Amino acid sequence: MSDQTSTSAAPYPYPGKLIIVEGIDGSGKSTQLLLLHKWLESKGHKVFFTEWNSSDLVKNTTRRGKKNKSLTPTTFSLLHATDFASRLYHEILPPLKAGMLVLADRYMYTAFARDVVRGVSPEWVRKLYSFAIKPDMAFYFKVPIEVAISRLLGGTRGQFKYYEAGMDMNLSQDVTESFRIFQSRILAQYDKIVDEYQLITLDATQDIAVQQDIMRRLVDEALKDYKPRRGTHGRRTLFWRRFDVSKSE
Amino acid sequence: MVDAHYFGDGLTYLNPSDLRGKLIAIEGTDGVGRSTHIELLQEWLEVQGYGVITTGWTRSNLMSKTIEMAKEGNILDRWSFSLLYATDFADRLEHQIIPALRSGFIVLADRYIYTAFARDFVRSNDRKWIRDVFGFALVPDLVCYLRIDVETLVLRVIETKAMNYWESGMDLRLGNDLYESFKKYQSLLIEEFDKMAEEFKFEVVDARKPPEEIQEELRAKIQTLLTTEGLAPALLSSASQTSSRS
Repeated sequence: MSDQTSTSAAPYPYPGKLIIVEGIDGSGKSTQLLLLHKWLESKGHKVFFTEWNSSDLVKNTTRRGKKNKSLTPTTFSLLHATDFASRLYHEILPPLKAGMLVLADRYMYTAFARDVVRGVSPEWVRKLYSFAIKPDMAFYFKVPIEVAISRLLGGTRGQFKYYEAGMDMNLSQDVTESFRIFQSRILAQYDKIVDEYQLITLDATQDIAVQQDIMRRLVDEALKDYKPRRGTHGRRTLFWRRFDVSKSE
Repeated sequence: MVDAHYFGDGLTYLNPSDLRGKLIAIEGTDGVGRSTHIELLQEWLEVQGYGVITTGWTRSNLMSKTIEMAKEGNILDRWSFSLLYATDFADRLEHQIIPALRSGFIVLADRYIYTAFARDFVRSNDRKWIRDVFGFALVPDLVCYLRIDVETLVLRVIETKAMNYWESGMDLRLGNDLYESFKKYQSLLIEEFDKMAEEFKFEVVDARKPPEEIQEELRAKIQTLLTTEGLAPALLSSASQTSSRS
């Protein structure tokens, strides 16, 4: 397996493109990525979507650990890294090698922000993810904390989840206040990360369509040198996709 | 622990200076008799009045089931493979090992981070990443390495149990069959353990000797540690023990 060794976030040699989004809960990043996905497919691209903490291998363990509240900052971080490693190897690298577009909802920067706020060493978590590949485009959806809170409380979710609000950190007994403190600290970490890794910052307070328009123009520009892979097989998939119920929501 | 410290980037939220117990790791490849010896050591120490807990590789509450499932799938990549074990280790470190050491227990660890180092190195030829990952581990007070040569190991494993897929490193496709693969994989592990024995100053015990002799040697090494560092039986929780070491 020696060929799997990669240096820290090095450019990769594959023909595909990797586009990722980052931002706190309630920033609207997932909505924007979904709209980008639809647009890319409508242009005939083969697109693969992958999401933070979603591998079968780890998801149930994380859920169990969260449920009995036994996760520590370090096991929390390691579990997410395991999930990421598994998805990188099984979901992200194969489509990139096949020349497809890969869209990722959250990437290693989520760990750099969140796990550090939970208390792990910033150096350690960066070394942990040194096997990751550098995305071709990384968008950061910047949103003030109050906007995120009102979106989440006003939306379908209605209330905050225990870990999402950082309730494990004993910041406040009040879940909304805990969310405010915890996510504000994450925002501060993101600000550092944006500089460190040159993420593209988008103003996530703007209208959905306005943000999407900016995003599409930037992606269009970045894909100029990209040679899409779309055989007849790809077109057929796209055709049938129209009759599917959207799964990515 | 005297000068308890982390292997690399430690747990920033947990100061190890108040750990009063002793951490003893028993290392060695598959089939060298680690668990038998640990059972005997625990008995011997408890008779003397020491508080003892044992902790074993993959035995954490959080991860044991997950690792079983992952192994059944046989589809692990190098990183997930090593990270699953690192998560298991972290869970045991924070929920078992550190609390026990803080209360003055002797912790006997069946395998330690060096097992992960050897397995990851054999799969990647890279020593750096895995050592970075395990930076949060405590450096043990004593590492006893049960050393065996691969020829003896092969006979012993065939005699006592069958060779299995993971102990044979079948994911590495080193040989044409289980036997050949087992031999090559275990040879590579032993080679790396031998290198680490020098680098990390393991106490090496020849695992080809009769079990009684091995146990005697292990006891002598542990006794030396407990004597030189002043951990007397039945005095574990007294205040004088803490102050003498600060």
